[in-house]
Amino acid sequence: MDRVIRCIADNVVSPLGLDSRSNYDSVKAGRSGLARYESMANITTPFVLSRVDRKVIDDLCGRLGIKGNYTFFEKFLLCSSLQAVRDSGIDASSDRVLFIVSTTKGNVSLLGQPEDGIDKERVLLAKAARQVTNYFGNPNNPIVVCNACISGVCAQIEAMRALRSGRYDYAVVIGADEQSPFIISGFLSFKAISDEPCRPFDKDRKGLNLGECAATVVLAASDVRKSGWELVCGAIRNDANHISGPSRTGEGSYLCLMEVLKECRRQELAFVNVHGTATAYNDEMESIALYRAGLIDVPVTGLKGYYGHTMGAAGIMESILSMYAVRDNTVLATRGYNEQGTTYPVSVSNVTRECKGSEFIKLLSGFGGSNAALLYRFEE
Amino acid sequence: MERKALDYVALNQGNANLTELYRAHIGDWPKFFKMDTLSKAGFVASELLFKKIGEKRPEGDGFIQNRAIVLFGSTASLCADRNYQETIQDKDNYYPSPALFVYTLPNIVTGEIAIRNHYRGETSFYVLEEPDAAQMAFHLACAFQDRVTDSILAGWVDSSRNDDFQVFMTLINRADAADTEWLASQLQLMINNLNK
Repeated sequence: MDRVIRCIADNVVSPLGLDSRSNYDSVKAGRSGLARYESMANITTPFVLSRVDRKVIDDLCGRLGIKGNYTFFEKFLLCSSLQAVRDSGIDASSDRVLFIVSTTKGNVSLLGQPEDGIDKERVLLAKAARQVTNYFGNPNNPIVVCNACISGVCAQIEAMRALRSGRYDYAVVIGADEQSPFIISGFLSFKAISDEPCRPFDKDRKGLNLGECAATVVLAASDVRKSGWELVCGAIRNDANHISGPSRTGEGSYLCLMEVLKECRRQELAFVNVHGTATAYNDEMESIALYRAGLIDVPVTGLKGYYGHTMGAAGIMESILSMYAVRDNTVLATRGYNEQGTTYPVSVSNVTRECKGSEFIKLLSGFGGSNAALLYRFEE
Repeated sequence: MERKALDYVALNQGNANLTELYRAHIGDWPKFFKMDTLSKAGFVASELLFKKIGEKRPEGDGFIQNRAIVLFGSTASLCADRNYQETIQDKDNYYPSPALFVYTLPNIVTGEIAIRNHYRGETSFYVLEEPDAAQMAFHLACAFQDRVTDSILAGWVDSSRNDDFQVFMTLINRADAADTEWLASQLQLMINNLNK
């Protein structure tokens, strides 16, 4: 038997809470971190963003005892991973522990705004990740997964593989992104950002909102099946169609779904947590992929109406919240959705629903034609 | 058993002009001219590798799912990041360009190659501190845990300025990756040629 890969600890730091439980409770209560901004730096177009208060992160780092000269992005990685590592009880300084960081832009804000006491080379993603492994005294070279918006799912897949290989016993998988003027102006230039709270899968959806989050899962390998969350399998597939738009037929997403469905017990599938960015193309593409994969009747839920698109963190935070939801027999409401707005009528709702089952699928798509899916299962 | 050494192509700004190589050996993919240096380097090296080993692209509308693209680098999209940053730095000269912004993601080069070759398999970009043959061999071997993947277009690609790049590309199959130490020794030869 392949080694069993279990999630033994998790953390989410966002405007909605500083641990996973408080994030879940906030979302279930319908709270959102999204707020409208009229401008930022040289940006003069209004946009909606879910932004973390810098002082809250500094205070959290203070309480956790994180000292040293770190950028906001590095503090974000550290305050989430330290909480998860402490909860897991693992010795993170062991060479049997692998650190994997999921991010799209890391310390890119250093390009426009260098900081005193921060080496400029920390704009390099692996140098930023090195700050984390150094903090924990971990001897392994860090690896950064940089696959655009699907990075958080890819990082968990890579951790699963590294653990199954036998080389490592634990993987600390951390995802985060800072929403700097760099990213916001870029998505605005694509005309992909809505100036109102996003409406995933709705007929009047106008585009995405960006958001900030740091999230961590600690995965462990074992030779026997134990009670708890198991990362069963995952897949990454390319559309081979366009570098900045999804396939019209949802090709890569469909192939990912078909791959994880091989291991899925369909009657146990509680829901699919989709990407649901609320852009016209993404949500339409996902509805096609779900339809083609025979999942049109399975409850679908998206979290962008609470958090915005948190990029490197999305695949990890959205997996964690899905774990809490499955244990709570709940399909979280898709905030912002109102009326069917995709060709195929996926089972999406703006109210919280009950569900049965012990499994969920997490689905993501991103620039570069990339798509990814993974399957988690709760073992009683 | 003696294993046949892996074929590879290694290029850098000191020994190769990407546009000249494109005109001389490729010529039928005008998207090349829209790409940033990272994507140009990865694209040209992959094309030259396929020519070198005599591999043909799938004909017509055919797509293949059993070929993955797994690339590594240390600078990721730093070159494109710098170019884009220039367009938003000054209030009086603010003109963010979507054409530049899209390349601020390093996995775009994997997408460019997948589109050209009709690959619907896995595409991944990993960032390391430096080219480390053992670390790369380990993660490439891991990629074969996806049972659909029979071969991987693998390589290293860096670009920190428009006129600066280092790239190598190779093609590995499942058996190559099963012997991780041997694969690492092959990758080390390619790493040694990155800056030559």
